[in-house]
Amino acid sequence: MAETKEIRQHKSVVTYGLRFFVIAYLFVLVVWPLSEVVKRTFAPVEPDAAGGFGAFLERLQDPSVTYAFGLTVTCAFWAVLINTVFGVGISLLLVRYDFPGKRVLSVLVDLPMSVSPVVVGLALVLAYSTGSGWFGSALESVGIFVIGSTPGLIMATAFVSLPLVIREIIPVLEEIGTDAEMAASSLGANAWQSFRRITLPSIKWAVAYGVVLSLARSLGEFGAVKIVSPGAEFRGETATLLIQNRYGNYDESTAYAAAFVLVLAAVLALVVVTFIRRPEERS
Amino acid sequence: MSTTVAPPVGPARTRRPSGGLFRLSTASGIGLGLSLVWFSILVLLPLSAVVGAAAAGGWTAFAGTLTDPQTFAALRLTVVEALLVTVVNAVIGTIVAWVLVRDDFVGKRLLDVVIDIPFALPTIVAGLVLLSLYGPESPVGFNIVNTREGIFLALLFVTLPFVVRTVQPVLMEIEVEAEEAAASLGASRFTTFRRVILPSLVPAITAGSSLGFARAISEFGSLVLISGNTPYQTEVASLKILKFLEGDNQAGAAAVAVLLLLVAVVVIVALDIISRRVARRG
Repeated sequence: MAETKEIRQHKSVVTYGLRFFVIAYLFVLVVWPLSEVVKRTFAPVEPDAAGGFGAFLERLQDPSVTYAFGLTVTCAFWAVLINTVFGVGISLLLVRYDFPGKRVLSVLVDLPMSVSPVVVGLALVLAYSTGSGWFGSALESVGIFVIGSTPGLIMATAFVSLPLVIREIIPVLEEIGTDAEMAASSLGANAWQSFRRITLPSIKWAVAYGVVLSLARSLGEFGAVKIVSPGAEFRGETATLLIQNRYGNYDESTAYAAAFVLVLAAVLALVVVTFIRRPEERS
Repeated sequence: MSTTVAPPVGPARTRRPSGGLFRLSTASGIGLGLSLVWFSILVLLPLSAVVGAAAAGGWTAFAGTLTDPQTFAALRLTVVEALLVTVVNAVIGTIVAWVLVRDDFVGKRLLDVVIDIPFALPTIVAGLVLLSLYGPESPVGFNIVNTREGIFLALLFVTLPFVVRTVQPVLMEIEVEAEEAAASLGASRFTTFRRVILPSLVPAITAGSSLGFARAISEFGSLVLISGNTPYQTEVASLKILKFLEGDNQAGAAAVAVLLLLVAVVVIVALDIISRRVARRG
């Protein structure tokens, strides 16, 4: 062990060189640009206009901005709820049960994360748009319009964040094994009791972790939403679409203000996630 | 890692410590059915619709769209940029992981958090973040808008965590005995790295690089504000899909989309195979 320490503590020029390189790289690529966003968020628009926190809040209270954030939160809420229920169910099935096509399903479940968001949007349009989608006219005849309305936005959001909950639960389920569940069922517990008393307590941190990740992803979804949404003010304009529209319309201060809120949400998610990891690792 | 005796060959489930899998009961069968219905509605049917729309015009229409000079230029630019970014990430990502695991200095934990930021940020915000420093009003005098360098930078930003996060855990697991042995036999540090450490990192670097490549090929949000979308110059595949859609050419959009979908599937299957092979080697 003493020798190990010696090897690790022996710091050459290379060690310092690599350290400096990594810090410089991350600073130029991530930290510096990010700090510039913060600076611009609170900078006055015109040299003589008011800047700071007040102006920032004022930009966020614009009705079209509050509409955009409201829509984003609504979509994220439903998408996360759907993904959590579906994710817990499918993870249990994939880990605990044996059925034909299981391996294919477990690979397919991972697919949504790797599909380009634009392709996700296009796929939903080609399946469900009223004009040209496979099921568009059938849905129209029963009065359901998916594309261009909130259900389409929710589906797009749910699609892109689908595997996040599943990815967190599956390893934990594999780790804990089936002994306790078997014991419970041999003592006469039914499937629901065994799930609620045995399985759920052991996967709750994984579920929480997956939910936070999905929520962060859902709040920030852009590409898929861009395709399925009309994307106009008060008509399907989510927070991310608002950023693009405002930046394009030379209203950069509002774009930066909205972006700053999303950056805060993202950083908050990172912090929460590290706190969730802690108790999990402790146990 | 590769020195341990190989475990008995057999299907994955027989190696699980606590063994038994349940047969489907009525309730779990219904659960599986409902899950599959929802999964089909949300994912499988829409993706089939993309393949259907691309195939509707037959092979000649499909090939015609992709070999159209402007589309082909967009596809080539996408692949070339993605490959460049992947190579850079494979090298720099490994270095970053190395520094995070083996070096020790004040602020290292903070650096570890910084790695996650590009993942956590919404893609459109990632574009805006880069533009605030390297955009039209750049305080440092760059303007990456509508340049290939801008696309490269954006891809580098969004793919930063992939290699780092796959290599890091493997590097932590590596035992130092082999390195000590190599050093005691007179190997230089570089030789030790190349002959002892690097071989065990290769699967992780490959996995991280493939994930990054897939992401770079399909990237959209961070490029929307940066790429000026100029045909033959700065137009990438995902933006080409948007342009096709806005021009009401769904077949064209679907043709490019199928290509992106194919890359995604190939990467996923390749990763599945790599991870299973690594797991089998123990």
